[in-house]
Amino acid sequence: MTEQMTGAQSLIRSLEHVGVDTVFGIPGGAILPAYDPLYDSVKVRHILMRHEQGAGHAAEGYAYATGRPGVCMATSGPGATNLVTPLADAHMDSVPMVAITGQVASPMIGTDAFQEADICGITMPITKHNFLVKDVRDIPRTIAEAFHIASSGRPGPVLVDISKDALQNSTDFVWPERLDLPGYRPVTKPHGKQVREAARLIADARRPVLYVGGGVLRAGASAELRVLAELTGVPVVTTLMARGVFPDSHPLNVGMPGMHGDVAAVGALQKADLIVALGARFDDRVTGRLDSFAPDAKIVHADIDPAEISKNRHADVPIVGDCREVLADLVVAVRADQEKGRQGEYEAWWDRLNKLRTTYPKGFDAPDDGTLSPQAVIQRLGQVVGPEATYVAGVGQHQMWAAQFVDYERPGSFVNSGGLGTMGFSVPAALGAKVGDPDRVVWSVDGDGCFQMTNQELATCAIEGIPIKVAVVNNGNLGMVRQWQTLFYEGRYSNTNLQTSPLDEKVRIPDFVRLAEAYGCVGLRCETPRTSTRPSRRPWRSTTAPSSSTSP
Amino acid sequence: MSRHTLSVLVEDTPGILARASALFSRRGFNIDSLSVSTTEYTGLSRMTIAVNCDLHPLEQVTKQLNKLVNVVKIVEMDTTASVQRELLLVKVKADASSRTHVLQTAELFRAHVVDVSPDVVVIEATGDPEKLDALVRNLEPFGIRELVKSGLVALGRGPVRSPTAPCGRSTAAPEPSPAKRHPAELKLRGCPDTAGRHPAPTYVRNKE
Repeated sequence: MTEQMTGAQSLIRSLEHVGVDTVFGIPGGAILPAYDPLYDSVKVRHILMRHEQGAGHAAEGYAYATGRPGVCMATSGPGATNLVTPLADAHMDSVPMVAITGQVASPMIGTDAFQEADICGITMPITKHNFLVKDVRDIPRTIAEAFHIASSGRPGPVLVDISKDALQNSTDFVWPERLDLPGYRPVTKPHGKQVREAARLIADARRPVLYVGGGVLRAGASAELRVLAELTGVPVVTTLMARGVFPDSHPLNVGMPGMHGDVAAVGALQKADLIVALGARFDDRVTGRLDSFAPDAKIVHADIDPAEISKNRHADVPIVGDCREVLADLVVAVRADQEKGRQGEYEAWWDRLNKLRTTYPKGFDAPDDGTLSPQAVIQRLGQVVGPEATYVAGVGQHQMWAAQFVDYERPGSFVNSGGLGTMGFSVPAALGAKVGDPDRVVWSVDGDGCFQMTNQELATCAIEGIPIKVAVVNNGNLGMVRQWQTLFYEGRYSNTNLQTSPLDEKVRIPDFVRLAEAYGCVGLRCETPRTSTRPSRRPWRSTTAPSSSTSP
Repeated sequence: MSRHTLSVLVEDTPGILARASALFSRRGFNIDSLSVSTTEYTGLSRMTIAVNCDLHPLEQVTKQLNKLVNVVKIVEMDTTASVQRELLLVKVKADASSRTHVLQTAELFRAHVVDVSPDVVVIEATGDPEKLDALVRNLEPFGIRELVKSGLVALGRGPVRSPTAPCGRSTAAPEPSPAKRHPAELKLRGCPDTAGRHPAPTYVRNKE
């Protein structure tokens, strides 16, 4: 059964077919035809953003909250190039996302036409795949393939660039019954022999550790992970991308590894004789120098992407598969071993780790001049708001403090930009996460530097009625860079003072409270420990308007 | 460092050459030669990529290449189990005094003269890279005016269509081979045995 319609109508119909309910975007010349049928769609809500970068990060936040691909839309040229940062971000963190961009009409492609940019060429290395559609008949099939590729296997961003004439021409709408991707068949089912070998190594190990990465979150495998951990008693470390996948309150959780991690977690990896890496990729922020990382450890590496295995560290037992299936099979294999009386003995190992935990607990020095320490603000926020909320961090010191000092109990409760480290991620991603899961309290934990990169999306929040809360942890500086200047550049603070806090300079530019109010939000300020819980309580209880609070 | 030849079956889509070659450069590899041609399948092309690198990085780049959605299959062509050829065209100075020697040299390498002028000849030769290098070395004393070589192309020996072992496969602990499927399993657009569409992607489980 076919129906005659324009390419633009077939695009919107295709989005409805794959179950899209929200599109974040900004219209413009080349994508304009698509915005006309979008105006009529009752199934697809378009949220008008203030910058295409915000649209991209909002799509990421939406994907985090729902597990489905987030969708963003932009016009050709500058609209499309503004999506480059969120696409690269989603690529690094394996976030399912589909970006739809307009392109100049196909006869104009290659002529340096107005607002022309070769966005497929530009985004080739930072997308899982991309498409240039010049024929109106290809639109439904391409959309179907884009969503399949974005959400299956190792998830990632897919860009669909559609020329203006393809959107304007007429076609018979035909939804593809089958996908035609002979070169794309991700392996999800792990190899049974490898899984049994992994179980054998776990039973034989004296100092094993489960090194859990974002892949476990993407696979939705936290329940399976918990079963395996409790069955074996092996310590668990959760990376920045996996915070919340395994509850922080669980006794087997020894914390976050890496440069900004817990001593016990770093020690667990470094001194281990067996590392079971699950959806983690031995990133340099976790391993430090690879040649001296965990010298005694054998490696079991499970990942859905074969290219991650043995990329940075040789895997003794490589397992290609979806983490959920790997964990489920591993539980079966470990149980079978245990029934035969093969069980690991880790008591000495736990003694050692517990000693590390008690000797080096995470903590911070509170300032003695009566001002607030940012860590205390974030810790208090976590205590007041609780584990059911979603916390979305930007990038920098506040991100690391949010990873360290908020206790996460729920998978997906911590959202941040890990691989790319994109400043400005937080506000739009929080917006997207709130749209994806409207019943959940969403807190953006942001820094004063990050916040100034994307704070215009507060306008989107206010107008579209998306009640997120923003905690701007304001130390008046690009704090993480400043920290490195302290450590490695003898305190020569070149270009890190943003002058947003009156503490060192007698200025406050911008005044975040008045900025929030200008955007139609509630703005609150706290500068002493006595007032620090007020903002987190008040707007959350009394208003549905987005609010922003700021701390010195 | 050692020389490796990858035979890569790709969907014939716009930009696939850029996707593949850009991947090599962004992962820090130099391509020695690359040639692309049509194949026995409509809609599929074959790239033959010659690279000089160690086995571990080759395995990594092969895995990355295999992630490209338009890459259907990758096979490393072992030199002993495949026929590998390049085409050379070389313009050599050959006046009355040297022409006989030039022609004799060409004959020794079973090369042909394809163009003659009063004082130069153009010689065409095919062979593996070592043979062509030897020919060029022997022609150099006469004076080489211009030289061009095609990229390497390779085909597995024997009756089976892709006889060589999949690239980068470790011996003890098998990972899923980068070679996704045997060509016999391929059901391709435009192939006589399948009318048009292909079955929806089914996930291939590794054989134990």
